[in-house]
Amino acid sequence: MADTTEPGSALVDFRVSPDRYRHWRLTVDGPIATLAMDVDEQAGLAPGYRLKLNSYDLGVDIELYDAVQRLRFCHPEVRVVVLTSARDRVFCAGANIGMLATASHSQKVNFCKFTNETRNGIEDATACSGQVYLAAVNGTASGGGYELALACEHIMLVDDRSSTVALPELPLLGVLPGTGGLTRITDKRHVRRDLADSFATRAEGIGGERAVAWRLVDEVVPRDRWAQTVRARAAELAERSARPAGATGITLPELAKSRSGDALGYRYVRAGIDRRRGLAEITVAGPADDPPAGLAELHARGAELWTLAMTRELDDLILDLRTNEPEVGTWVLRTAGSAERVLGYDDLLARNSGDWLAAEIIHYLKRTLKRLDVTSRSILALIEPGSCFAGSLLELALAADRSYQLAGVFTEIDPAAVPAAITVGPMNLGPLPMANGLTRLGTRFLGDDKALAAARDAAGQPLTGADAARLGLVTVAPDDLDWDDEVRIMLEERAGFSPDALTGLEANYRFAGPETMETKIFGRLTAWQNWIFTRPNASGPDGALRRYGTGLRPRFDRKRV
Amino acid sequence: MTAAPDYAEKIPNNVDLRDDRRLQRALESWQPNFLRWWESMGPALPTRDVYLRTAVNVGRAGWAHFAHVPMRDYRWGIFLAERDPDRRIGFGEHKGEPAWQQVPGEYRADLRRLLVIQGDTEPASVEQQRNLGATAPSLYDLRNLFQVNVEEGRHLWAMVYLLHAHFGREGREEAEQLLLRNSGSAESPRILGAFNEETPDWLSFFMFTYFTDRDGKYQLGTLKESAFDPLSRTCEFMLKEEAHHMMVGTTGVDRVVERTAQLMVEHDTDDAGPCGAVPLAVIQKYLNFHYSVSLDLFGGETSTNVANYYTAGLKGRWAEDRRPDDHRLTDDPMDVDALVDGRPGQIEVPALTGLNTDLRRQYIADCQTGVNRWNKILADAGLPHRLRLPHVAFNRRVGAFAAVNVSPDGELLDDAEWQRRRGGWLPTEVDKTHVRSLMRPVHERGRIAAWLAPPRSGINGKPFDYEYVHLT
Ligand SMILES: [Fe+2]
Ligand SMILES: [Fe+2]
Repeated sequence: MADTTEPGSALVDFRVSPDRYRHWRLTVDGPIATLAMDVDEQAGLAPGYRLKLNSYDLGVDIELYDAVQRLRFCHPEVRVVVLTSARDRVFCAGANIGMLATASHSQKVNFCKFTNETRNGIEDATACSGQVYLAAVNGTASGGGYELALACEHIMLVDDRSSTVALPELPLLGVLPGTGGLTRITDKRHVRRDLADSFATRAEGIGGERAVAWRLVDEVVPRDRWAQTVRARAAELAERSARPAGATGITLPELAKSRSGDALGYRYVRAGIDRRRGLAEITVAGPADDPPAGLAELHARGAELWTLAMTRELDDLILDLRTNEPEVGTWVLRTAGSAERVLGYDDLLARNSGDWLAAEIIHYLKRTLKRLDVTSRSILALIEPGSCFAGSLLELALAADRSYQLAGVFTEIDPAAVPAAITVGPMNLGPLPMANGLTRLGTRFLGDDKALAAARDAAGQPLTGADAARLGLVTVAPDDLDWDDEVRIMLEERAGFSPDALTGLEANYRFAGPETMETKIFGRLTAWQNWIFTRPNASGPDGALRRYGTGLRPRFDRKRV
Repeated sequence: MTAAPDYAEKIPNNVDLRDDRRLQRALESWQPNFLRWWESMGPALPTRDVYLRTAVNVGRAGWAHFAHVPMRDYRWGIFLAERDPDRRIGFGEHKGEPAWQQVPGEYRADLRRLLVIQGDTEPASVEQQRNLGATAPSLYDLRNLFQVNVEEGRHLWAMVYLLHAHFGREGREEAEQLLLRNSGSAESPRILGAFNEETPDWLSFFMFTYFTDRDGKYQLGTLKESAFDPLSRTCEFMLKEEAHHMMVGTTGVDRVVERTAQLMVEHDTDDAGPCGAVPLAVIQKYLNFHYSVSLDLFGGETSTNVANYYTAGLKGRWAEDRRPDDHRLTDDPMDVDALVDGRPGQIEVPALTGLNTDLRRQYIADCQTGVNRWNKILADAGLPHRLRLPHVAFNRRVGAFAAVNVSPDGELLDDAEWQRRRGGWLPTEVDKTHVRSLMRPVHERGRIAAWLAPPRSGINGKPFDYEYVHLT
């Protein structure tokens, strides 16, 4: 079977641009963009399946993610994005079943995670950028297709007496709609639970007025009035958007990236892979130059601006390692550079957060850090002299499962160095919330307001190991005599544990505090889905996923677990 | 600042302490606590100095360093047996791979636990024996007690060295804890039950050094096989000292038996008690007690922890290299002691899980040699009486037999009968009172208590009447 993401086979590249899209057509007409799905059947990421009926695989979603990103940075004028299908009578059939049936478990999980992140990104664009997504469901939307529509602010369904929206995963495939469907149906659209139950157990779905009555869609529109109604609705939604008028977007040139064997490199981010120890050593460099003097220069620098460039690189690295390096189970995070400069960039963005571009950059950093939060790898931060864990980059250490800060300096290497320090900044106190809606500091000190206040009061001062440990901002602060041993032993110990148990442990500890739709999707829905995926009733030889399309009925083990 | 050469002087070692800043610092902060512990929990009898052997090197010559030293100034050293650069792992799933010079992180927690348990016993026995000096039967015995004590102290150093050198911050914390737990303490007792019993008299001391220290010997023997080379080398060196402790126990019981036999013959009696000695029956009861309590130290008959330790290469079997098998044991069965239909019997289990039983059996066989030796003393005296090891299920608190009452002959007893007859097998208050009544100190050189025969030879070629200890 095609295992595109296992080492040794072709690596998945997340870098793409509209001129190379195989599956989407992006057109921009003033404030209204249209993102039309037009999946090339032949262009699946792996051989062995055909992407019929606008079904998708990771490759299709990589393009969607790219389009959503570019709309935010390159098209500030766009206020409404019409998500629709370029096909007649079919909107989207969801994740390709042939792909799901042949993918390894880890591929399925990683794929679902990424699609979830993209759908959350669509909601983030609507909520935070005034770039409102309108689902123009011009044919049947089933499974992941309907889940895509659910990520949009407004859902229109064509009323042609045959098109429906459907979540047929359970009856047809014996699995769940795993990209947020079950969560958004109830928590976002407030479909009554018994109706939601009926809906998700009927393969053919629901269309017409009943779909509206059950709140599955916002409106149904006859075919003959479809195009004009979509236009009208888009125009209305555009009116309500707070997107600025007359703004000019920036370009997002393709990321310069080198990847050879065990080394990945970008301008600010690099990673070395130690396969024997199963770990990636990731270093994020601080800014190479001082922050721009003002907004005009910030815009002029555009994608070259350190925060944006670094975030794009980190985003790509996370996606690359997650997809292409499943056996690299531990990520060691370091930073290098000037903390003052990092704080300078942070300050520039924070002061200009009313500006659309500054805001987009902050939101993008927020989304990228969230990506780190849901990454099923042990994340460990090492804070050494010469590092710049300050403000936005301190979030990396706060996202880590454990952080080690050197107390003082490495006397044998550079006794005159400035001791390792971290600095709390404004970026740690609000603009970069986690999926649970809290800051990483707030999550860290959940239920301990005193500790949170103490950390806040320490903002702006470089904190040495002892201070940071006392404030609970790092896990431990060994001195240079202990450092090598402590770190080595911790890493080796980590590598010895069950990767599954670690993933579960980390996922539980990372999201203390309140539940949100996002945490439910990544925590509850995903965990259930992944359990179901591995059960014989889904993926066993007689399971529903494997039997689908063979004409044979699945045979279930009837025991409830 | 401490000048570098001082290190070898202060802390004799062969671990390059002078070049290891981290270790220096760790030990420097630990040492005052150790000395405080020694002052408050070590030997209670005030002495000016003691004729002690100090290990200053691992070579033969390094061993023969005898001098009168104030115990407080004893130079507790850190010695590992010489390193074999080609040493390979002898068992478990890493068999054949080079021995580890560093702790693999994956086994850190297990190794640390093993060290802590072993390390906890070393100072424990010093604490258990701290009041014995006041009733020493001779200066020779007093000196042996102190020699054992300082060496147990050194064994603590050895374990602390490993914790400091290889287990980072957590190792240092554990090293602190080793001084904070105390034998018999209500709040923070020693980890293993047998090490919380006071050693109230010299008969107990000899029995303890024979039976309980011998458990230590076997535990060290399994750790000597460890894939973690520094642990292996540490234990190898400790075993040499442990042999001396065994000697103190073996010859100590020898001399008790010898004196008792002598008086039994002289007075033509079975009960040497009224003649000022320990009656043979009481010797047997003490033996029963110390033997059965020591059997408990080997843990349950089956243990998955120990199986894991073996597979991981952390802890081997006694004399691993002399075992004629594959040293992996993944498919082998073995019989272990168990209750079968409520009676002591045996069941078959996977060999890996039965390693505690294997070690206990090695130990039992070794214990029997001592009993044979004491019986030879009885036979040579012309007496028909014999000592013997009680049944393995007798008086057990740990393992399969903890649930039943069994006589020294292996007879199953109900609770009432056990209560009625136990006084015939284990020391009673009357026995203990009698033994205690014999414990009158003899601190004059060349003299010895009436219940004990003098040793055949002194220490390091010195005569028995040498002034081994200068009291204050
Ligand atoms: Fe010892
Ligand atoms: Fe000993």
